[in-house]
Amino acid sequence: MAITLSGDHAISAPPLSARLTPAQVWGIVLLTPYLLVFLAFVVYPVSYGLWLARHPASYVALYNDPVFARAAVNTLIFLVIGINIKMLIALFLSGFFAQQRTWIRWLSVIFILPWAVPSIPTILSVRFMLNPEWGVVNQLIFKFTGDDGPNWLNDPTVALAMAIGVHIWKSLPFWTLILITGRLAIPHDLFEAAEVDGASWWQKFRFITWPSMQTLYVTCTLLSMIWTLGDFNSVYLLTGGGPADLTHVLSTLGIRYLRLDQLSLAMASIVCAMPFVLPLVYFMMKRLSR
Amino acid sequence: MKLPGVREFSWSDVATEARLLLIGIPVFLWTMIPIYHMFLFAISPKEDAFSGKLWPDHPTLHNFEIVFRQQHYFLRDFYIQLWNSTFIAAAVGALTLFVATAAAFSISRLKVPGGRVVLNLALFTYFIPAAFLAVPMYRTMGNYGLLNNRWALILAMVTIASPYAIWVLKQASDKLPVELDEAAVMDGATTLQIFRLVYLPLMMPSLVAIGTYAVLLAWNEYLYAFLLLSNDQDITLPVALGNFLAADDSPWELLMTTGFIYALPPAAVYYVFRRYMVGGLTAGAVKS
Repeated sequence: MAITLSGDHAISAPPLSARLTPAQVWGIVLLTPYLLVFLAFVVYPVSYGLWLARHPASYVALYNDPVFARAAVNTLIFLVIGINIKMLIALFLSGFFAQQRTWIRWLSVIFILPWAVPSIPTILSVRFMLNPEWGVVNQLIFKFTGDDGPNWLNDPTVALAMAIGVHIWKSLPFWTLILITGRLAIPHDLFEAAEVDGASWWQKFRFITWPSMQTLYVTCTLLSMIWTLGDFNSVYLLTGGGPADLTHVLSTLGIRYLRLDQLSLAMASIVCAMPFVLPLVYFMMKRLSR
Repeated sequence: MKLPGVREFSWSDVATEARLLLIGIPVFLWTMIPIYHMFLFAISPKEDAFSGKLWPDHPTLHNFEIVFRQQHYFLRDFYIQLWNSTFIAAAVGALTLFVATAAAFSISRLKVPGGRVVLNLALFTYFIPAAFLAVPMYRTMGNYGLLNNRWALILAMVTIASPYAIWVLKQASDKLPVELDEAAVMDGATTLQIFRLVYLPLMMPSLVAIGTYAVLLAWNEYLYAFLLLSNDQDITLPVALGNFLAADDSPWELLMTTGFIYALPPAAVYYVFRRYMVGGLTAGAVKS
């Protein structure tokens, strides 16, 4: 490395070790483990994956695969409808759980369970509940109406709705918790002043709660979108992508191609989601590293 | 005269309470039904499990006995798989703590050149959807010759847990006053002594939160475990549970019993460390 002073002569910079303080040397040493992990398990896989996805033929094949088109639409439904329903419920429940009551505190302790326990047994439990012959849902429908209930996981639309329901069940507690934190940060005297002025609950929400929580809510929604794109369990464990591959989303589709040994298709299907993911990531990084 | 500490009865309080219950009861049912259903299967004899009853006529612990004695074809390797899950979760917790604490200390306290860039790279990883990274990661582990080796799963989970861990720990370190480090330097402490004697003790609550987070993440993981491990002796219990499904006559009552057993530790860990986790994790997840 050289520092050019006036163009005709250059002096060499002092050696690296002389320019670094001992603390900085330790800094580099302590940062190395993460850098190694990052290079070996993020940089290399991602570059290799992109290299595998370089052939235009893969994208043509994807375009011609009806399962891909269906998965893309399902992913959009999942994101646009599923996430918004989930976040609105979380916003509503954050108000409910912010109430000071002993029984509500107990309920909040139970409410966290879906988030804390592993997906596989609970989602399989739901899967069995929805079994058309032996599932408890249809048994109850039969008991009360005398009719056979629907075959929940056999109709792609219903099955997708059920998968969204499972996703909401699993991740609602986390987002509610975050929004409760946001709600509790609002100064309480604002509400007291509004109450003195005789504001209705809607006015309080509209003019105090929402303005203070708006940014947090939008950030949570976007972050939830990114993570939902990576949610494999809700769909795979409930429907396995079926019936007839009609409930796949992009995350299960990538794994499906992988299992079929079509790695370039798997990568290409993920690359197709990038124009959507990268702006979200960029926005999130800007927000978090402010 | 109104007595202090005694709340006056009023109809509007009752109405508020009723409205809250109208929300609370559905929330309770929504949360508990899949979990209760799992529990119900676990304590039901096979015939009862399929009858759609809300409580079995003859509740029994027989299913637990079958699982603990490995008395079913699917459960031959129950203890080995449980051990695999435990070992992998513990290793992921320890390694993530090591990697992330070192990195956070380096970035936040030592102000290492380029630390900001590393933090942003880590954040970027945090935002890659997990299932998307799984596809190239699977192939990479093959290239490294690590497939079907538990270290493949451990390293993959450390990769996934570290970015968030570094982020949370960095936020927490930034809150410690610089004067502490300066005073220690004045007393002649070396960097490592500061790390060990000043930094680690003060960071303990965040370290507990992050350790718990990494352990639970690894314990609950299904996708990476299912991709990276396949021999019956190497897989974790969730993968074994997933394999139950492949059979035509899956023993559902045993599947639910095993699942229930598997769900107990994370629930317990969560309740023990709840105070740390809620504070430490939600603060880092979304900076408001």
